[in-house]
Amino acid sequence: MVALIPWSVWIIFLPLLTGIFAFLFRGRGAQLGIVTAVGLLPPLIGLTWQVLSCGPQHYSVGGWGAPLGIDLYADGLSIIMLVMTALVGIGTTFYATGYYSPTGETKEKNHQQDPALFWSLWLLLWAALNCLFLSADVFNLYVALEFLGLSAVALVALAGGPSAVAAAMRYLLVSLLGSLSYLLGVALLYFAHGTLSLGLLAESVTSSPASFAATTLMTAGLVMKTALFPLHFWLPPAHANAPAPVSAVLSALVVKASFYLLLRLWFQVFTNTVTPSVALLLGILGVAAIFWGSVQALMAQRLKLLVAYSTVAQLGYIFLVFPLAQGKGTGFSAWCGGLYFILSHACAKAAAFLAAGTVLYGFGHDRIDELAGITQRLPVTMFAFGVAGVSLIGLPPSGGFIGKWLLLNAALAGGQWWWAIVIIIGGLLAAAYVFRFFSRAFSYVEQVPICRDVPWSMELTALALGLSAMALGIIATQPLAVMQIGAPLAGPVLTGGLP
Amino acid sequence: MSLDFWLPLMIVLSSLVPGILIFCLPEDRIGLRTAANLVGATAKLLLTAVMIWGVFHGHVYETRLPLLPGMDLVLSADALSVLFATLSAILWFLTTLYAIAYLEASPQSRSRFFGFFSLCVSSTVGFALAGNLITFVMFYEMLTLSTYPLVVHRGSPESMRAGKIYLAYTLSGGAVLLIAVAWLKALVGPLDFTEGGMLVAFAGLYRHEFIVIFALLIAGLGVKAALVPLHGWLPVAMVAPAPVSALLHAVAVVKAGAFGIVRVVYDIYGIEFAAKLGVLGPLAAVASFTIVYGSLRALNQDGLKKRLAYSTVSQVSYIALGAAVLGPVATIGGLVHLVHQGLMKITLFFCAGNLAETLGIHYISEMDGVGRRMPSTMAAFTLGALGMIGVPPLAGFISKWYLGAGGLAAGQDWIILVLAASSLLNAGYFLPIIYRAWFKEPRGPWPEDNYGGWLETHWMLLLPALITALLALAAGLLADSPFSPLQWARLIAAREYGL
Amino acid sequence: MNISLLYSLVGLALFSLGLYGLIAYGHLLRKILAVNVMGSGAFLILVALARGWRQTSPDPVPHAMGLTGLVVAVSATALALALACRVQETTGSTQLTEDGSD
Repeated sequence: MVALIPWSVWIIFLPLLTGIFAFLFRGRGAQLGIVTAVGLLPPLIGLTWQVLSCGPQHYSVGGWGAPLGIDLYADGLSIIMLVMTALVGIGTTFYATGYYSPTGETKEKNHQQDPALFWSLWLLLWAALNCLFLSADVFNLYVALEFLGLSAVALVALAGGPSAVAAAMRYLLVSLLGSLSYLLGVALLYFAHGTLSLGLLAESVTSSPASFAATTLMTAGLVMKTALFPLHFWLPPAHANAPAPVSAVLSALVVKASFYLLLRLWFQVFTNTVTPSVALLLGILGVAAIFWGSVQALMAQRLKLLVAYSTVAQLGYIFLVFPLAQGKGTGFSAWCGGLYFILSHACAKAAAFLAAGTVLYGFGHDRIDELAGITQRLPVTMFAFGVAGVSLIGLPPSGGFIGKWLLLNAALAGGQWWWAIVIIIGGLLAAAYVFRFFSRAFSYVEQVPICRDVPWSMELTALALGLSAMALGIIATQPLAVMQIGAPLAGPVLTGGLP
Repeated sequence: MSLDFWLPLMIVLSSLVPGILIFCLPEDRIGLRTAANLVGATAKLLLTAVMIWGVFHGHVYETRLPLLPGMDLVLSADALSVLFATLSAILWFLTTLYAIAYLEASPQSRSRFFGFFSLCVSSTVGFALAGNLITFVMFYEMLTLSTYPLVVHRGSPESMRAGKIYLAYTLSGGAVLLIAVAWLKALVGPLDFTEGGMLVAFAGLYRHEFIVIFALLIAGLGVKAALVPLHGWLPVAMVAPAPVSALLHAVAVVKAGAFGIVRVVYDIYGIEFAAKLGVLGPLAAVASFTIVYGSLRALNQDGLKKRLAYSTVSQVSYIALGAAVLGPVATIGGLVHLVHQGLMKITLFFCAGNLAETLGIHYISEMDGVGRRMPSTMAAFTLGALGMIGVPPLAGFISKWYLGAGGLAAGQDWIILVLAASSLLNAGYFLPIIYRAWFKEPRGPWPEDNYGGWLETHWMLLLPALITALLALAAGLLADSPFSPLQWARLIAAREYGL
Repeated sequence: MNISLLYSLVGLALFSLGLYGLIAYGHLLRKILAVNVMGSGAFLILVALARGWRQTSPDPVPHAMGLTGLVVAVSATALALALACRVQETTGSTQLTEDGSD
């Protein structure tokens, strides 16, 4: 009986309902947020259990079925993304209860932020993410993508202030451009194959001109939304100017959502239309992103901007999956490495942004040069930032290390050693920008800047997320087992020995 | 799941758990913090004692936890790891005592200091007990990370600069090491340490790759072992508080690098296989050059800690030299120096710290007549210094004797020349200090110290120095008794050469 | 000439025109209009393809997709217009400056 419960519907509808309620019953946002965070656990555990014991799950909402009804689908990849969303989401929710608490009304840029708007938009965004990770057809994915983009843009604009509004505007235009490009691809796919279902498309897509055009359009749109260099220009201002909990969600989850879709399409649907040269191009752009993002992070004057540019660099890594998966016998290793990288980056980046937000909250600014000695004022937050930094650099024991190790193995075993060098150098660059901040924060000065009281929930959630990024470095076997379920690529997880 | 399984992990946890506990303690809970430190240190000593007994009787202790498919986290105890683990357990105990007194009046956070101090020791012990190269790399990086906050503890611009240089060197070294390990793993699979060498089984394959990988491994480890020209960070890192310098030079970082070289030569490549590949000659040359160069640089340093630092550069390479010469006698010389150098150097650093803390003496030129003011400290210093020079019957003599004899036995007579030159130079930079301290007239009255009482300084500063000095004396005098460092080194050599 | 092919080509032309407008013009209102032109192009293609080559009764699925897309486009335009007003309120400009990073 338990096996038949449609958990996936609950996973989408719970945040959708609470998001609407949060708008209707202003002032109850925090409670609704916590209800969502706790309430999502049982269905999520239920769904994970179903997928683990019975393999990938299908569900037709309302019994309508394709083509007009809405189909839901969950496999290992979906579970990983859902769990990642829940981890970051729960952390962000608890952080926001402190950040938007009545006593700690944030005075960022002299603009009163409305907590009710934050709560309803954030819960809707959560619903959009869950919907995206569970959708089984390309058009529903489009709707989820737009839903996600619109709520994310509105969240960025919440901070008020000229730079935040301008960043939100830019983000909106890019996001719309990306989704329209995607939509056009969907139209072509339907025209060529008469179906929207991912599963059916996977069987029917051949290398026809229409499929090529669709591949190009959809890839271009999604790459834009994922902010791959050189289409990353919108990301740093948007992520750096948003309120702290929003930045965390944007960097940890929202950019991953479009990348998730890219993974699905490339490895499941477009297997016949993608060519090694396009994969190579994406990889090269990824390399450029690693270098460009890291250099910009090294030069950033503000902490949140540093973290935002770090996202640009880290997103570059996950695009290495495409060329690495082309190697002989290394496909599955690259797939797992990329997913593991996404997972641990989500935890680490959320922790880093939340910690940076705490610094901004406590000191009223985040100019790195004026933050000397702040470890004395916010030791827990700085520790959280440090732990997150370790994972971002990819040092053991952290999830970032496991991801990097798998990618490294895929590169070496596939005879593509040049990517391995990029991976290593990227890690050193990350160390440079992380420790550039730390060498300020650890300085001993007589006059440490004054810090106002920070709610404990803000400090502890950042720490908890940072520690989960660490924990991912130790419990790697379980997530890897989940990734295997329904994975489009088969093969061993390469950790040594030539295939 | 018994003691045999858990003992290695327990030894690592015996300092890790107190470390985490200390992070959580408020700054003013001095009593509880001290208790946590001492309980942890004592537990580690006792557990190590159990392990010594067990390994001597041929017991196998191994903690093996799956990390990734085909890749385990292995902590195991063989004769070599027990040698290093015991050294760190004993010296950690003494250094903790010393540090508690040393940092009594420090304005910086002591919770942070002792927390990272414990993490540092945990990493060192983990490094000692690592049973394969992956685990080894993990603890290598953890060691880098946990020592950084110790090096920059004072937070002055000078120490921040030292921290930056330290990180630049060690993280780059770590990156090189990681590349080498990933490459080797891609070639031959699991990298468990095997007495007699694990690559022996692949003799005849990948000859060129093995040579390049050897160079990369040694370069990566050589940064920590401060092999010239990778030694630049060590003299700069002298700005750290005395207990940190003591631990860095005697046990943790530098020694870990040297220990790593020993591991790679004996348990990965196997000394005979390495000799066949022709990689030992270059290693011996680099080590010899470092020995002479470090001593030469030490000659004209006026800063006491700086002279000791260059002395470390020189002395640690004895260990690498011992590993680079084929034959059990040289092996014994190198291995026994791992312990002897630790005991002698930590004595010297304790004494330097006592001088600085009690009388504000940082330069050798200020040491005139200090032997009369602090006789016990200077007596310990003299013992350590004479040991370094190699005066019989002190510990250093034993090391040099075996190294020289090993060189002769291997037909490499030039090693005697290196040893003689080095001993002359050792005398050249240590004897003037001893002469000044005992035989020159003080320049003026000594400043009042804060400790009062009949002792020359705080008893917790004096006691560790005296104990390590006596241990260094005993290691030389009682070299032939069971469980002496020399006997244990013989045991290791016997097992490595399969005698 | 096939009628649905003609509509598709017109849709494609609209899409490209909108894309050009989005990149070429700085005024926010023009940009928003350009996005709408792009959207119209995409929807036109959807509707045209509903007829398909088969010349039978139109397929309802692309119509449903077009309708849903319209709803999305309307809400997106509303948000964009509101944001554009805010940009003008807070910065006094109807264009986005080159560097929005601080």
